[in-house]
Amino acid sequence: MASTEEIRSNLAEIVNEIAGIPVEDVQLDKSFTDDLDVDSLSMVEVVVAAEEKFDVKIPDDEVKNLKTVGDAVAFIERAQNG
Amino acid sequence: MITASTGSTYAGVLGIGSYRPRRIVPNSEILEQIDSSDEWIQTRSGIKERRWASDDETVLMMSVNAAKGALADSGIDPSEIGCVIVSTVTHLYQTPAIATQVAVAVGAPTAAAFDISAACAGFCYGVAMANDLVRGGSAKYVLAIGVERLSDITDRTDRSTAFIFADGAGAAIVGPTDEPGIGPVVWGSDGTQHQVISQRESWQEVFGNHNWPHLTMDGNPVFRWASFEMAKTAQQALDVAGVKAEQLDLFVPHQANMRITDAMRRALKLPEHVKVARDIERQGNTSAASIPLAITAMREAGEAKSGDLALIIGFGAGLVYAAQVIRLP
Repeated sequence: MASTEEIRSNLAEIVNEIAGIPVEDVQLDKSFTDDLDVDSLSMVEVVVAAEEKFDVKIPDDEVKNLKTVGDAVAFIERAQNG
Repeated sequence: MITASTGSTYAGVLGIGSYRPRRIVPNSEILEQIDSSDEWIQTRSGIKERRWASDDETVLMMSVNAAKGALADSGIDPSEIGCVIVSTVTHLYQTPAIATQVAVAVGAPTAAAFDISAACAGFCYGVAMANDLVRGGSAKYVLAIGVERLSDITDRTDRSTAFIFADGAGAAIVGPTDEPGIGPVVWGSDGTQHQVISQRESWQEVFGNHNWPHLTMDGNPVFRWASFEMAKTAQQALDVAGVKAEQLDLFVPHQANMRITDAMRRALKLPEHVKVARDIERQGNTSAASIPLAITAMREAGEAKSGDLALIIGFGAGLVYAAQVIRLP
């Protein structure tokens, strides 16, 4: 099972690829919209890429609850363990 | 015994035309009625301006102008048109179809004529049916039109859609060819998502409130479906046509949103040389009209030429979708 840091690091690469945010800025306490300037459409792209990368399902209803990088990492961890 | 119809072995697009309404509506005008900004609209959609039809630019008038352009482009005599298909969701009469009046106005007064409701996939649906009608022998030449006056059913105060929808018309003449000019269509629907792009109420519920049922859209699920599922459909259309991405000249997706176009282009891994339609910047989302409008814009800009291979894909309310490879006339 991937560690929290591995998930964060992989997610950072996805965010970098889609939104051009430097990987080192994608930390657990950062808000996607307020700190990283990831808008709602880029967030959809991040979610789809994350679903493929981590082999999990992230429903549309859930996406609005993923405010910070930490929220997303925690959701992916739960989904992988569930 | 009944004699069966026989058509042409192959069919192709022989002419394309379009009509752009005269009035240019910049983002600043949209912003008079919604709380947003030019920067927000441009980053979320790529739209800088759109065109809205004036009173005299009716669904019929725009259709006829686009059709005449396509006829002139094809060199086909209008009397040879055996069928007229009009795709629109904004001819605000349930009956009769606008196609019969279009047929009269273009000089094909006895052609079979009907409208289809396939939203933003309408042009590709029309071309698919036209291809089969010609190959099946039901018509020698078919006029397929996509036309919308979406400004009529847009809620100008809805900040998620007011800046997107626009007006215009596009048309194609499909007829017999010596070589295959239209690849097999990859099409389908997903009625489980019928609500994500839909009219908010029925006509019955509208009476006494406002003038028409407004078109609404739930942006994020639409973006997800269009960007990723539709990229797969577009890839299938290439595969069944036996065309490699390297052989393509143009990618002309329905002009829904620049971000969808960009996401599809990335997902399809299109080579650099493939020119991508970006008419949405100046035209907004014109639903069934957007693909032929984009093709004519690319021709006028010198980006598209006769003989080019184009991947076209329409997708929208239904949800419905259709994609095919065509060779440009």
